[in-house]
Amino acid sequence: MASTEEIRSDLAEIVNEIAGIPVEDVQLDKSFTDDLDVDSLSMVEVVVAAEEKFDVKIPDDEVKNLKTVGDAVAFIERGLNG
Amino acid sequence: MSKTRVVITGLGATTPLGGDVASSWEGLLAGRSGARRLTDDWVQNLAVQIAAPVAVEPTEIIERVKARRLDRNAQLAVVAAREAWADAGLEDSGLDKERLGVAVATGIGGLHTTLSNYDALLKNPRRVSPLAIPMLMPNSSAAYVGLEFGAKAGVHTPVSACASGNEAIALGLDQIRLGRADVVLAGGTEGTIMPLPLAAFSQMMALSKRNDEPERASRPWDADRDGFLLGEGAGVLVLESYEHAVARGAKIYAEIAGAGISADGHDIAQPDPTGSGARRAMERALLEGDLSPSDIKHINAHATSTPQGDVAESLAIRLALGSATDNAVATAPKSMIGHLLGAAGAVESIATILALHHRIVPPTINLDKLDDQIELDIATEPRKLADGDLAALNNSFGFGGHNAAIAFKTI
Repeated sequence: MASTEEIRSDLAEIVNEIAGIPVEDVQLDKSFTDDLDVDSLSMVEVVVAAEEKFDVKIPDDEVKNLKTVGDAVAFIERGLNG
Repeated sequence: MSKTRVVITGLGATTPLGGDVASSWEGLLAGRSGARRLTDDWVQNLAVQIAAPVAVEPTEIIERVKARRLDRNAQLAVVAAREAWADAGLEDSGLDKERLGVAVATGIGGLHTTLSNYDALLKNPRRVSPLAIPMLMPNSSAAYVGLEFGAKAGVHTPVSACASGNEAIALGLDQIRLGRADVVLAGGTEGTIMPLPLAAFSQMMALSKRNDEPERASRPWDADRDGFLLGEGAGVLVLESYEHAVARGAKIYAEIAGAGISADGHDIAQPDPTGSGARRAMERALLEGDLSPSDIKHINAHATSTPQGDVAESLAIRLALGSATDNAVATAPKSMIGHLLGAAGAVESIATILALHHRIVPPTINLDKLDDQIELDIATEPRKLADGDLAALNNSFGFGGHNAAIAFKTI
């Protein structure tokens, strides 16, 4: 099973690829919009890429709750463990 | 009412011969072909397997994350526009951005984005990019060029197939003459070397099928020509009012004397065989530029290497210029770079301007046996132009019966 750190690291790669944010900046306490400057359209791409990478479903209604990297990692962990 | 004088103060290009204006111009003068046999997997089933791709991939120049958000068309346009902007010395010029306009044309638009997202759609609709629309829309390139430099006057995208690039220059000229802008980034872009356009143009019998000799495929005016060679690239020119250019001490390559636009009113794809529409475009460009046929010493022809088009244009030039045709050195850059569709007029306008500026006309290659229906003085080697005042015409014609001729002159 993937550890929190492994999920964060894979997610950081996705955010880097799509939005150009340095991998090391994508930490659990960072807000996608306020800290990392990931805009709403890039967030749509991040969500779809994450769904494919982790084989989880992230419903549109859920995306607005994923404010920080930690929120997203936790959601993915729940999906993987559920 | 006297017309506002409009001059060219910056040039930028990315072409099958080079990633900038200098290398492209050098390639043209050297008579180098940018054609090659395509090796992509997707080409294997196609009747036409040759094209002229750009010499330098735009993704080598544009920042990775930015490049992701730009269709290939827009990537090429931004590369050319950055060069033109720097060449014109506009970066620290204090230009009022509300007086900066854009006219960047395309023939087809963001086809890479359209097709790749259609593939994604068939797999899973959620995989369609949220940026697909702003990337595939035809005005995307003009909009991104505008954003790159903060243009706040009109940002336009003329779409008239292969006449688009020249129409953009005509539109830029108008914007300055109408007092709507002081500076306009004008040009065209096209990056559609892909299976669909190759197959579709091939089905129209418009493309050369000389797959075994790609460098010999594009042969305007030659008796054995069998169609055009699909190229890609972009050209952007900085158009500026003469007054504005002089006030900021800009270098000036040439002046745009006038533009002539007409429609054939004949057929959606075939040129009017009488050359009447193309003739009117050239005549209007001369009229608008207060030029007489004898002022024209050089013609950068549309000359795509199709059997019908080359003959119709030759006829049209004779009708427009009469006996003065004999004193105008004609050339066909498409023999080297292929047909850049919506970028053709822009890149070839740059070649026309540089021919006036350096007083030398690049050669037409692959002209082994002149079609006896062609009556033009064609440069098959680089040809020097005389000293003194010179004017030149650049022709571009497009499917739909669009004709656009631009007259440039030395300054």
